[in-house]
Amino acid sequence: MRLLLALLLTLTHANAQGFAGLGTAADERFAVPQPNPTFTFPTDHGPHPDYRIEWWYLTATLQGPDGTEYGVQWTLFRSALAPDTSDTWTAPQLFMGHAGLTTPTAHFHAERLARGGTGQAGVTSDPFRAHIDDWEMAPTAPDGDAYDALHLTARGPDFAYDLDLTAEGPLIFHGQDGYSVKSAEGQASYYYSQPFYTATGTLSLPDGDISVTGTAWLDREWSSQPLSEDQLGWDWFSLQFEDGARMMAFALRSDAGPAFTSATWINPDGTTQSYGDGHVYLTPLATSEVADRTIPTEWQITFPDRDIDIRTAPVNAQSWMDTSFPYWEGPITFTGTHAGRGYLEMTGYE
Amino acid sequence: MFLTALQSLSSHWRHRPGQLAMLAIGLALATALWSGVQAINAEARAAYDRAAATLGQDQLARLEGPDGRPVPLADFIALRAQGYLVSPVISGELRDGDGRLRVLGIDPLTAPAAAQGPALDGDLDLATFFTDPGLLLMTEATASGPLPAGLPEFVLSETVPPAAAITDISTAARLLEQVDPTYLLVAPEQPFGLPPLAEATDLRLRAPETADDISRLTDSFHLNLTAFGLLSFGVGLFIVHAAIGLAFEQRRASVRTLRALGTPLRTVLLALALELAVIALVAGIIGILLGYLIAAALMPGVAGTLRGLYGAEIEGILRFDPTWAISALLITWIGAAAAAVQAMIRTARMPLLAPALPRAWAQASGRMIRLQAVAALALFALAIALAGVGQGLIAAFLCLAALLIGAALILPALTTAALRLLPTRGAFSEWVLADTRQQVPGLSLALMALLLALSANIGVSTMVGSFRSTFTGWLDQRLASELYVTAANPAEAARIMEAIEPDVDAILPIISADQRLFDRPAQIFGVVDHPTYRDAWPLLSQSENPWDQLANGNAVLINEQLARREDLSPGDTLPFAGGLPIVGVYSDYGNPNGQAIVSLNRFAETFPDTQAFRFALRIPPDDAPAMATRLREDFGLPTDAVTNQAQVKAFSLHVFDQTFRVTGALNILTLGVAGIALLTSLLTLANLRLPQLAPLWAIGTSRATLARVELIRALGLAILTFVFALPVGLALAWVLLALVNVEAFGWRLPMQLFPGDWARLFGLALIAAGLAALGPALRLARIPPARLTQIFAQER
Amino acid sequence: MQWGVEIASRAATSSAMKDTLLDLQDIQKSYDATPVLAGVSVTLSAGETLALTGESGSGKSTLLHLAGGLDQPDAGRVLLHGQDIGQMDDTARAEARRLHIGLIFQQFNLVPSLTVGSNIALQARLAGRHDAAFCTTLGHRLGLSDLTTRYPEQLSGGQQQRVAIARALAPKPALILADEPTGNLDEDTGDAVLSLLLDLVSETGAGLLMVTHSPRLAGRLSRRIHLSRGALAAA
Repeated sequence: MRLLLALLLTLTHANAQGFAGLGTAADERFAVPQPNPTFTFPTDHGPHPDYRIEWWYLTATLQGPDGTEYGVQWTLFRSALAPDTSDTWTAPQLFMGHAGLTTPTAHFHAERLARGGTGQAGVTSDPFRAHIDDWEMAPTAPDGDAYDALHLTARGPDFAYDLDLTAEGPLIFHGQDGYSVKSAEGQASYYYSQPFYTATGTLSLPDGDISVTGTAWLDREWSSQPLSEDQLGWDWFSLQFEDGARMMAFALRSDAGPAFTSATWINPDGTTQSYGDGHVYLTPLATSEVADRTIPTEWQITFPDRDIDIRTAPVNAQSWMDTSFPYWEGPITFTGTHAGRGYLEMTGYE
Repeated sequence: MFLTALQSLSSHWRHRPGQLAMLAIGLALATALWSGVQAINAEARAAYDRAAATLGQDQLARLEGPDGRPVPLADFIALRAQGYLVSPVISGELRDGDGRLRVLGIDPLTAPAAAQGPALDGDLDLATFFTDPGLLLMTEATASGPLPAGLPEFVLSETVPPAAAITDISTAARLLEQVDPTYLLVAPEQPFGLPPLAEATDLRLRAPETADDISRLTDSFHLNLTAFGLLSFGVGLFIVHAAIGLAFEQRRASVRTLRALGTPLRTVLLALALELAVIALVAGIIGILLGYLIAAALMPGVAGTLRGLYGAEIEGILRFDPTWAISALLITWIGAAAAAVQAMIRTARMPLLAPALPRAWAQASGRMIRLQAVAALALFALAIALAGVGQGLIAAFLCLAALLIGAALILPALTTAALRLLPTRGAFSEWVLADTRQQVPGLSLALMALLLALSANIGVSTMVGSFRSTFTGWLDQRLASELYVTAANPAEAARIMEAIEPDVDAILPIISADQRLFDRPAQIFGVVDHPTYRDAWPLLSQSENPWDQLANGNAVLINEQLARREDLSPGDTLPFAGGLPIVGVYSDYGNPNGQAIVSLNRFAETFPDTQAFRFALRIPPDDAPAMATRLREDFGLPTDAVTNQAQVKAFSLHVFDQTFRVTGALNILTLGVAGIALLTSLLTLANLRLPQLAPLWAIGTSRATLARVELIRALGLAILTFVFALPVGLALAWVLLALVNVEAFGWRLPMQLFPGDWARLFGLALIAAGLAALGPALRLARIPPARLTQIFAQER
Repeated sequence: MQWGVEIASRAATSSAMKDTLLDLQDIQKSYDATPVLAGVSVTLSAGETLALTGESGSGKSTLLHLAGGLDQPDAGRVLLHGQDIGQMDDTARAEARRLHIGLIFQQFNLVPSLTVGSNIALQARLAGRHDAAFCTTLGHRLGLSDLTTRYPEQLSGGQQQRVAIARALAPKPALILADEPTGNLDEDTGDAVLSLLLDLVSETGAGLLMVTHSPRLAGRLSRRIHLSRGALAAA
């Protein structure tokens, strides 16, 4: 099963050059992101089958009644074998759902796969709904932008969660108005976020239900060939500062030279400033043994343009998503020049 | 010392290569027949297990639609939307001309791990697997067989069950023109916090299947083969026993000498055992190779039988399994040890000082013959008791074994008695008879082997013959309609029926649904009220006016298999459609499953969604060819879709003959082995008997006459054996027909006699005995007179 | 082998002291309640040749078999180098025969599937004392040199008995037991074979106990005793 899925995903997400490949061979049947994009909503909240990959990626940093830190991840990947849709079994649109739930002492995860033509999984833009099996992301407010208020559910063999999300700020766009460059060669994706959610809901764990509140961050990204062949994986941070500001930073590690970095600074009012390669520095400070690998779980983030120098620590160093292609994803806290919470995703560590 | 003793003893074989060959042939044949049968059985069982393990059916529960209909796609989606981990499978059979392929379409994205056989691992081009036109995974054997047209590319995988292809569900959906899943596989572990699956759906939840269903059906067949294998093995061991006995006899003096020269008995026995083990190893390896060849040659027939009779798919090819080879070698050793045990005991007990006089090694005393006869009578009593009160296939086979062993044991006593009863004229014939009587103990083992082989032949051929003639008559009754038509779908069937109705005497829809009865697969048929059924349907037992009751819709007919298995008879109630009284039991040969017939109306009420797409036409026989042509041309029906009675019968008889081809082949092999056993025994006796023949020669009987007597004597004994084998064979046939078949297949057949077959077999027996005796007789005819005179000189 | 070493060392000392090689003491033996030997005592020294005569049924072959450990007495002792082989188990008696006794039978008792050469070497090999040169010498002395690759059935009776003699002498046993060794041979051949046997026995220094019914042949041996109805009688 695992082998099969790994092979299957080779088609789309990973390739022989490493996890970060996400399909490095150009496939001319698919559309490619172009600079200066114009987004149309609600259409662009929905799927883009003519692009090879796409995701709806939500992470939430949550606290229980006793102040315990929790993290929740809900992801729906879309992966196209061909840039079209058709009926029922033959549709070449495949969906993969990942759900994670992190506590300081445990990490739960689940994975679902489906083909897009039967109705088992899919995304619609009007009305918006993203789902796979019984996992669902759907709006709860009848008016306004679909992403203003969302209801989120997922369930695994030993956990479930149910969250209500309310946006307290606008959508923000990364890179150049949502055209996010991923390498010096110019590979790019369309990338926007809703980083201002407040979240309330219930985590269901083997020991019982826990009421939680916190914040959440939704990423929307699609592309056809976002990464360079020499890129090995990435380290991605979403940070919420205590003053209400947000920040996104990532580094795409390369075996051919220094990492390619990018960052977006988000003021509390939702205005943003994007920073290209070389402005933010991500340095591993300590590693943990996770799933027989050495993974950097504590980081120093220095961002001289903003006088930021912080150190991050994971809520649970073992936040390992042991899915078809495995990666580390979990909530973090940070201290230093600034303090706050965030989410860290690390891929491509063999 | 051990090596010297071993070399001295085994120099015997170099000195007498013929004896060594005999021993090796016996062991090799015994091993070959036994291991061949085992190989066939193992291969078939592995195929059943593979089939059962396909898509994890042996571990995963399934959800099925009512009456075996597909599961609506919406039901699948609804279950997934509730969070249940179920995975769709679209399966079905593609047919076109001779081409036949079972297609299993799976959804690898949702399939539980247990359903992802090794077939899907490895270098599979998944992009091609998932996208149109897709890929088919199948074994090489399936790929090289007749397949329907229009299939996508193949990828070979030996883990796919025979005659089937595994593919993506999208490919199966396209090939089978079916969107709804045939069934859903249920993952063993369901997500957190969901109510039990059974509460969430109306679909039928079926527990994981094991290979049991098909094993149960085919067990009888394999038991049959095993019994034959065992019989052949036993007959082969007769040869081994004879060869070892002869060697023992001829080495008696050498063993004494070795011991007198100071070789301890233990060393002698060890050397003999080691020597036999080595010979058995070599012969066993030869036997295994032979067995593999025999099995490979028989395999296509076995596959045909299993498919025709039980619907069990196995491939007509044989894989080589080292475990099988090793266990066959072990069996060879055990068999050789069993055959040698008598000689070893004699060697151990042989006093050091007894004079080294040769004597007939198998000289059983009259007391021994009487003891054997008593044991035989006890075995006969056991056989009768088992036939009367025994239950089950094992009891039936035990009854067979008791009958056969008893017959073999009583043979020497009967032969001796018969020889006493024969009239004698003159001193010479008196001597011949007396001498023959004296030889009976020495030849008894070989004669027993011959008796077993002949009885088995008579029994099996009587059984098969009875079966065939009954089956043919039954086909005539059952296949009364002139034409059988298969439409592509019910709508086309309705259109055709409407169009041709004015031109035919009657249209009899053939409609059936799968239904589990008594928790086993069964089929329900709906029939119209028509003389075709009333007049010709072969009822074995019935209530009054069964057809009237059936037509009313409130009665059911069941097949013999179901009646026997569940002990039902007219008057009982069948738990179907709320319980229907059984008004008749009909014979239904060649079908392993239960079957029931209700009226068409009752059928329609019970299975409202099932519609007929096959029907039979009653039409004057002369008009049938024209009607067949019209159906093909006017309605575009493929040639196969319109068959006449004769074709169906020919096909059925072909399947039938295929079924018993293996049995026939094993029969002939067994007879051959018995012939060799006889030859071995005669050779053994030939030298020992020279002292008895020499005086006859001395007083004026020519060597040619003595040789002729030897030949005639062998033929006479073969005739006597055949005469005894006849009743034993008929008793065997009775057990097969009345006990084994009932247990194994669920039907009983009337026994018929086929004297023509007996005559043929009689001829074969004479040929076998004649060939076996010819060599020794010729040797006697040409023996140098000096050897005979020498006998007087050496006679001590 | 413990016993074998012991008896061998005794043999070495005893022969030097002209000790008794074989000592049969008051042997009694019956077959099926028919007494065959009723208290017979015989001794044989190393290098001595002793003829045992008597009528058919007098028990002379039985006495020889008992002396060779082929059978066990009902009473009395069979001392070979002072050890009672009559009381040994089968394996120990077999070892005594193998190592210390050479047997020559009336019926030769050659192994038919072995060549003459292999037959000659048989007991020496069994005893682990095979000496190829000695076997060749024996074959030469017995006139068998040209026959070594033949099989027994291709030989005349006299030749077969010479093979049997060679076989008995090849392991250099201390005691030779011969049961009518010339009984199956014509007179001339028998005389020749016996001469060879006596020569070789005297050369090897072994003791010889020979059963014969012929007073003429018995006379050629150094000593003679006569059995009559199971008891020793004056010769």
